[in-house]
Amino acid sequence: MRAFLKLLFRNRLAGVGAVVLTIIVLLALLTPILPLHPPNETNTANRFLRPLAEGHLLGTDHLGRDLLSRLLWGTRLSLAVGFAAAVIAAVIGAAIGIIAGYAGGRTDNVTMRGVDMLMAFPYILLALAIVAVLGPGLMNALIAVAVVNIPFFARNIRGITVGIAHKEFVDAARLAGMGHLRILTTEVLPNVVPVIVIAMSTTVGWMILETAGLSFLGLGSQPPRADLGSMLGEARSAMITAPHTSLVPGAMILLIVMSITLLGDGVRDALDPRLKSGALSRPLPATVVERDHVPATRGAGLLDIQNLETQFQVGKRVYRAVNDVSLTLEPGECLGIIGESGSGKSVTALSVMGLVASPPGVITGGAVRYRGDDLIGAKYERLRSLRGDRIAYIFQDPLATLHPLYRVGDQLAEAIRSHHAVSQREARRRAIALLKDVRIPNAENRLRSYPHELSGGMRQRVGIAMALANEPDIIIADEPTTALDVTVQAQILALLDDLRRERGLAILFITHDFGVVGQLCDRVAVMYAGRMVEEGPTEAVLRAPAHPYTARLIACVPELGEGRREMAAIPGLPPAVDDLPPGCAFAPRCDKATDACRSGEIVLEGRGARKVRCIHPEQSLEKTA
Amino acid sequence: MGGYILKRLLSAIPVLLGITVIVFLIMAMIPGDPATAILGSYATPENIERLNRHLGLDEPLWRQYFIWLGNLLQGDFGRSFALNRPVLDEILDRFGATLILAGTAFVMCSLLGILAGVIAAAQQYGLADKIITFVVIIGISIPSFFLGMMMILLFSVQLRWLPASGMYSMFGGGDLPDLIRHLIMPAIALSVVATGVIARLSRSAMLEVLRQDFIRTARAKGVHERRVVWRHALRAAMVSIIPVLGIQAGFVISGAVYIEIVFQWPGIGRMLVDAILKRDILLVQGGVVFVAACYVMFNIVVDVAQSLLDPRIKT
Repeated sequence: MRAFLKLLFRNRLAGVGAVVLTIIVLLALLTPILPLHPPNETNTANRFLRPLAEGHLLGTDHLGRDLLSRLLWGTRLSLAVGFAAAVIAAVIGAAIGIIAGYAGGRTDNVTMRGVDMLMAFPYILLALAIVAVLGPGLMNALIAVAVVNIPFFARNIRGITVGIAHKEFVDAARLAGMGHLRILTTEVLPNVVPVIVIAMSTTVGWMILETAGLSFLGLGSQPPRADLGSMLGEARSAMITAPHTSLVPGAMILLIVMSITLLGDGVRDALDPRLKSGALSRPLPATVVERDHVPATRGAGLLDIQNLETQFQVGKRVYRAVNDVSLTLEPGECLGIIGESGSGKSVTALSVMGLVASPPGVITGGAVRYRGDDLIGAKYERLRSLRGDRIAYIFQDPLATLHPLYRVGDQLAEAIRSHHAVSQREARRRAIALLKDVRIPNAENRLRSYPHELSGGMRQRVGIAMALANEPDIIIADEPTTALDVTVQAQILALLDDLRRERGLAILFITHDFGVVGQLCDRVAVMYAGRMVEEGPTEAVLRAPAHPYTARLIACVPELGEGRREMAAIPGLPPAVDDLPPGCAFAPRCDKATDACRSGEIVLEGRGARKVRCIHPEQSLEKTA
Repeated sequence: MGGYILKRLLSAIPVLLGITVIVFLIMAMIPGDPATAILGSYATPENIERLNRHLGLDEPLWRQYFIWLGNLLQGDFGRSFALNRPVLDEILDRFGATLILAGTAFVMCSLLGILAGVIAAAQQYGLADKIITFVVIIGISIPSFFLGMMMILLFSVQLRWLPASGMYSMFGGGDLPDLIRHLIMPAIALSVVATGVIARLSRSAMLEVLRQDFIRTARAKGVHERRVVWRHALRAAMVSIIPVLGIQAGFVISGAVYIEIVFQWPGIGRMLVDAILKRDILLVQGGVVFVAACYVMFNIVVDVAQSLLDPRIKT
C-alpha cells in the first residue's frame, strides 16, 4: 500500500489531482458547519454583486444569494448525486454481470444481448427518455444517469466473472457442495470487488458531469435547490451582464472532473506494471548512442564490429546485453553467431544498423565500420540510406515482421522505392522478379496477397526477397528459420546458400542451432552472457570445440543415424546480464571450473582464426589449428 | 464486400427492433393514464378516446407494441400535441441542423484527435507530448456547455467575431458563409471532449503499434521515419482507433443536446429537451427512436470501414 501511494505521488499530476479532490470533498463535507450565508437567502437589493464584494467573497447571483454558499452547497449536492449514481450503477450492473457470467449459457446470452441493445443508444437519449417518463427532478436525473451506466458495469464485470467462474477454486467449492449463492458471495464476489471499485473510480467523474448536464438542461435539480449544473443553467440568462455567476459553478465542475481524471490516470499507471518496466515506451528511429571514445579503425573487413557494447538501461538497472564484442565479416563470407536466448547475439546484430529498441537500449561503446565508415553515432539520414540498401535484415517470425495490413507486393515495392526513385510500375516489375528469385511460384498473383494468406515458409521467402530488394552487400539474418518447421527450414537455408553464391553476399547469420551453422557458415562465433567465448572456422570448431560451453552446445544437436547418442542438456541457466559474476560467466554451469575461473578477467585469445576465452579449454588450440 | 455489407445490414435488424422495444418499455412506465399524459390535462374526452383507439392503449402491452411498431414502419410517429403537427415532420425538419453540427464536430474530433495522438506518441515524453497530454486532460474534463458559454462570452460578446446563437442570421443571411460563421463555435465546443478522448486513445494505440516487429522491419528496410509513423504505424493503429470513433460518435450526438441549447441551434437535441419540458411524450419517443436508429446505421458504416482497412476480417 505504501509503495502504491509512493508510486502514485511520483506522478506529480496525480498528486495534484488527489490534493485538489481531497480539498473539494472536505469542503463539501464541512459545508453545513462553515460560517456561510444560507444558500437560498434572497436579497434582491444585492443582485449580481461582483466577487470580493463585502460579505460575499464570490459575489451574489440574480436573486442576491451568496454565490460562495451556493457553490459549496451545490458542490455537495453534485458530488453526492454523482457518487450515488455511480454506486447504484455499479451495484446493479455488477449484479447483472456476475449472474450472467456465473450462470453462462442461455442466461448469459440473453442478458448480454439486452446489455448490447442498451449500449446501442447514445447515452443521453436513454437518459432523456427516462426523464421524460419520470418527469424532471434531481432524483429522476440520478436514476437516469445510473441506468444509463449500468450496461458498462454489467459488461466489464461479466467478463471478469466468466474468467473466475472457470477457476479451480470455484470448481472445488462446487464439489464441496456449496450452494450457488454461497459460491457467488464467498468465492466470486471478493475477486470482483476490486474491479468494480476501479471501474467506479474511472466513471464517477463522468456521472457527476452527466447529472450536472441534465440539471443544466433544467431536467435535474429544481429551484430553489441547486447543484452545480442548475446553477450554471440559471446563470446562463445573465451570462453577459454577470459572467462570474456562470464562471464560478462551471470552473468548479471542471476542477472536480479534472482532479478525478488525473487521479484515475495516476492510479491506473501505478497499478500497471508495464509502465514501471519501461515497456510502454516506443522505440526511437535509431538506437541511442552514449560512448566516450571511438576505437581506432583496424581497416579490416567489409563489416568490422569493434569492441561493441550495448546495454539495456531500465530504471537503475543496467543489463549488459553486448559486452565488448568484436567481429569482422569479409565480402561473400557467411559468419554465424550462435548462443542461447539472452546471449546477446540478436542485440549484436541489431546494433549494427541502430535497430535496438531504445529506450531502453543504449550503445555505450565500440564502433561498427562498414567499408571503413563508422555507423555508430552516424546521422539518422546516413543510417536510413544504408538500411535495406547496403545492409539488409531478415527477421525471425515473418508473420510478426511483415506489416499485416499491406499486400506483400506493396511492401516489396516500398523497400525498393525507399532507396531508388523508380515508378510504381517498375517497382512492381522488380518485385515480381524478386519473388521469382526466392522461388515463389505464381509470383504475379502472390504480389496481391496479404501476409496472413501465405504459409510460414512463403512469408519468410517474402522476407528474404525484401532483404534482397536493393542488392545489398550484407544480409543480417536474425534466426530466420527458427519459427519454421524442419523441412521448410532446410529449403530456406538452401535458398540463402544459393543466393550467397550467386551474388557474393556477405551474411551474418544469428542462430541457436549448431546444425544450421554447420550447413551454412564459413566461420562461427559463440556468445555467452553478452560476450564472445569462442571463434573460429566452422569446420574446426565443430570438430574440436575449445570452450566447454561450445562443446555442450554441439552435444545438444541430434544427428541422424548416430543411434542412441546421449542428448546432453546444459544444467542450470545463463546468468542475468545485470548481475554478472566476476571471471567466466559460464563457470557456475561448467564441470571444469576452478577458483581461477571465478576471479579476474579472462581474455579472448588464440592463434590465427581460432580464439577462445577459457583457462581450461577442452583442447589446446595449438594442436587443432 | 457487398456480401459483408448486406450481412451487417441484416444483423442491424434485431438491434433496431431491440431499440424500439426498450423505448416502448420505458414509455410504458409513464404513471397514470397514458392518453392523458400524451394529450395533456386539458384534453377533451373525445380526443382521449380517439387516441386510445389509434394507439390501442386499452389493449394488452404486447399488442400496443406491435400497433406502435406497425405505425412506425409506415412512417407514422404520431402527432405532437404541443406543436400540433406530425412528429416525423418535425424530426425531419430539424434533423439536417443536427446532422450538420454533429457531422462537422465528428469530422473535426476524428482528424484533430488522431493528429494529436500520433504526434504525441511519436514524440513520447517530448515537449509536444507533454503539451498535448496537458491540453487533452483539460479538454476531456471541461463540460461542453460551460465551454460553449465561455466561447460566447469571449468571441461574441467581447471580441464580436462570431454570432452567439442560431444557425443563420435573422436578416440577410442564409448562405453558406453565414452558416459557417454560425457553425464554428458550436462545432468546436461540441468536438473538444471527443477530440481529447480520441487523442488519448490514438496515442496509446500508436505506442502499442510502434513497438511491434513490423515497425522494426520497416525501419530496417530504410523507410523514412515520417512514413514509418504516418503510414505503417498509423494504419495498424487505426484498427483499434476506428471502433472508438464509432463510440465517440455517440458521445458527439449526446453532447449536441447541450450545445444546441447553449447556441440555440435548431436541431433535434433542443427539440427533445423542449418536448420533455412540455411533456410532449410522442415527440420525445419519436425523436429518441429516430436518432438511435441513425446511430445504429452509422455504426454499420464504421464496421464496413473497419473491414476495408483490415483484410484479416472475413468478408
